[in-house]
Amino acid sequence: MIDSHAPGKVTLTPFSVLEVRDLTIGLPSGGDRREAVSKVSFSVNRGEIVCLVGESGSGKSVIAQGIMGLLPRTLPVTGGQTLLEGEDTTRASQKRLRALRATRMSMVFQEPMTALNPVMTCGEQLDEVLVEHTDLPPPERRRKILDIVREVLLPDPERIVASYPHQLSGGQRQRIMIAMALVLEPALLVADEPTTALDVTTQAQILNLIQALQARHGTGVLFITHDFGVVAEIARRVAVLRLGELVELGDKEEVLKHPRHDYTKMLIGSVPTLHPHGRRVEAGAPVVLETKDLSKVYIDRGWFAKRREVPAAKGVSLTIRRGQTLGIVGESGSGKSTVARCIVRLIDPTGGEIRVHGEDIAVKSPRALRPLRRRVQIVFQDPYRSLNPRRKVGDAIVEGPLNYGVSRAEALDRARRLMELVRMDAAALDRYPHQFSGGQRQRICIARALAMEPELLIADEAVSALDVSVQAQVLALLEEIRTRLDLAMLFITHDLRVAAQVCDHVAVMSRGEVVEYGSAEEVFLDPKHEYTRSLFAAAPGRGFAFGTA
Amino acid sequence: MDAPGRKQYEALSVEAAVVVRQESAWQRVRRNWSVRIGGIVLCVLVILALVAPWLGTVDPTLFDAGSRDLLPGRTGEITTLDGEVVRHTFWMGSDSLGRDIYSRVIYGTRVSLVVGILCALLALAIGIACGLASGYLRWLDGILMRFMDGLMAIPAILIAIALVAMWRGSLATVIVAIAIPEIPRVTRLVRSLVLTIREEPYVEAAISLGTPTWKILFGHILPNCIAPLVVQGTFICAFAILVEAILSFLGVGLPPDIPTWGNVMAEGRQQFNDYPHNIFFPGVFLAVTVLAVNILGDGLRDTLDPKMAKKMGSE
Repeated sequence: MIDSHAPGKVTLTPFSVLEVRDLTIGLPSGGDRREAVSKVSFSVNRGEIVCLVGESGSGKSVIAQGIMGLLPRTLPVTGGQTLLEGEDTTRASQKRLRALRATRMSMVFQEPMTALNPVMTCGEQLDEVLVEHTDLPPPERRRKILDIVREVLLPDPERIVASYPHQLSGGQRQRIMIAMALVLEPALLVADEPTTALDVTTQAQILNLIQALQARHGTGVLFITHDFGVVAEIARRVAVLRLGELVELGDKEEVLKHPRHDYTKMLIGSVPTLHPHGRRVEAGAPVVLETKDLSKVYIDRGWFAKRREVPAAKGVSLTIRRGQTLGIVGESGSGKSTVARCIVRLIDPTGGEIRVHGEDIAVKSPRALRPLRRRVQIVFQDPYRSLNPRRKVGDAIVEGPLNYGVSRAEALDRARRLMELVRMDAAALDRYPHQFSGGQRQRICIARALAMEPELLIADEAVSALDVSVQAQVLALLEEIRTRLDLAMLFITHDLRVAAQVCDHVAVMSRGEVVEYGSAEEVFLDPKHEYTRSLFAAAPGRGFAFGTA
Repeated sequence: MDAPGRKQYEALSVEAAVVVRQESAWQRVRRNWSVRIGGIVLCVLVILALVAPWLGTVDPTLFDAGSRDLLPGRTGEITTLDGEVVRHTFWMGSDSLGRDIYSRVIYGTRVSLVVGILCALLALAIGIACGLASGYLRWLDGILMRFMDGLMAIPAILIAIALVAMWRGSLATVIVAIAIPEIPRVTRLVRSLVLTIREEPYVEAAISLGTPTWKILFGHILPNCIAPLVVQGTFICAFAILVEAILSFLGVGLPPDIPTWGNVMAEGRQQFNDYPHNIFFPGVFLAVTVLAVNILGDGLRDTLDPKMAKKMGSE
């Protein structure tokens, strides 16, 4: 398919927009491997969406940067080509790259807030692209801007164009980014995790938008993601990366249904199903936690500003019994974490009751609360910030028991047993957190919480920051611990798949209120509330049966 | 998921394949050239200060009417306290009273380093206490920080002059007078660090583990403030050395008989046109010392500050 008539320029098949050939990108010495990307080859055709999937550290974003000519100097291209309509962008000059960007290739980033300039209106930023790359007179540019804003389905284009990024929602900002990327009708759009920072319903809209625009303009899209649900939703072809190597490349149906490589099988097998697990729960088990009309209002009070009240949780009533898992599901800002933090009393609730074994802890003073703290423990989302970087793992785990008068020897003994329980080496106790990966740190955090011998374990998005395969391991571990120790668990997540896998009961929260509450089967199989239904409808890849490969 | 299946998964997982290799902060610090150069120069200065009596110096307060205004390298006589007259080579010349500038400069290193280090320690100690209190006790925050704002509104050198004038000029009063205007800066730094770190999940975890507040402050929050505080400490040290020299030069610092670089320069000021060495040598020492401390501070900031470290790494 290489046509060598034109010297220095390689002509490709008429359909191919991007052809990546044997791309190799080096890593600085001292890294965990020699190359960030090793001999990766794939192509993106006109009007086609190719998904590049991989876990963190697989080199997927590095490939995108390589194509766009955005690689930092520490990551040099050491071999191969990235041919954009026959022109190798890895060897193009900065000047040529500037001319190509936005006109022939564009990129959409993960975080629309940081990708937009906060001190320029969206219209000005769109205009900048046109001024840089076209000779259009101002009225023409204005017309083009309004057209593209209308095309990305933003309401009231005049107002949006005059708005600053902070005045828009996350989804609207991402639409502006997409408008900016597509305004000059590039042949290739590189989207690097464009929906990862968004809520599930917004994500569904953005995915629809990208698909619609791409089909209309015949753009080739390289879509980078870690989420197989998104892949199932949007891809035509899929490329799977592992540690910088392409392990599998093929049509979506082929890869998702009949993966050939073990790694792909493992990844797809790790994606939880949307179907509730259907475990039998004991109805008469003692109640560990009960909240009644729990509410939290944040009061914003300045010296000169008007007093502003922001209700984060309103009238939340939940019950968790021993040996059972209650899931709180909701999008960002729904108040699910507020409820968790009130129950641990990291923040003080404004009203209502929190009964742990019948004892109300909602209004207890810090001193009176102390003996009760050990009954409720929490595991946080971010494994990198959940452990004090200056303390050894062992010291972190014994800290709690020591606070309650357990002797150091006994606490250390307990820590060793817990390390075994969370499947880690006891030698880890003498090391510092930075020597562990995210999944290992999360295990350490679980061990630290269990060292208190709690009756209720709260997992606040505890697996959300983990890669899908690690997530599966940690979920399995939590499940095992819950059964073995007969714990009550409160599981807070935005991920419906995770909720389906672990929860016995589910409470769906929206704008601080519980809109639906029932057993996992009821909620998942027969959602009553409109919001719950829209949430399920938005779950990416719901048509695909994952977890069965 | 059955047990052998999971084992197989774990082996395939990318996490298992990635070896976590991260240098400790201390290793990075030792490899940094700024830290090395600044550190070596400072070590040399500390050694000079410690072994001053054995470096061919005489008592820096001695003078001899016959050896006034000697040029560097000349040999003259000097009278010891016992009334004995000895031959002495004035490597840096002598001043208008016939004192050996070389001895005064070398002994002056002691004063400068002591002032610099003690000022930094004093300002850090009080600043940390105020900062922790202000960051963690909401009711104290407003009062304490407004007081600190007030203190910051007055130029440091004016406060120092006023304080030394109020008390008697001694080493202790000079140190306190220089340290006080530095306290608000440390307090602000510590307070902002406390406000950030107290929101970290590991602090919240400690709260839910029932750890008492004082243990959280000193066991979790303070150790994570150390790096920026060390950096801030070096800058206070450099500034204190300069301010001490300025105070002495203006004649409002240590008494003129105490050998400090500022005093030597103050005495040489009148004769600068004829005998510039009176100011040149202490000036060079002052500049080199302050430069070394600042270079050390820059190096420490580059290596210890995680934000800087990240920037350097991605370049």
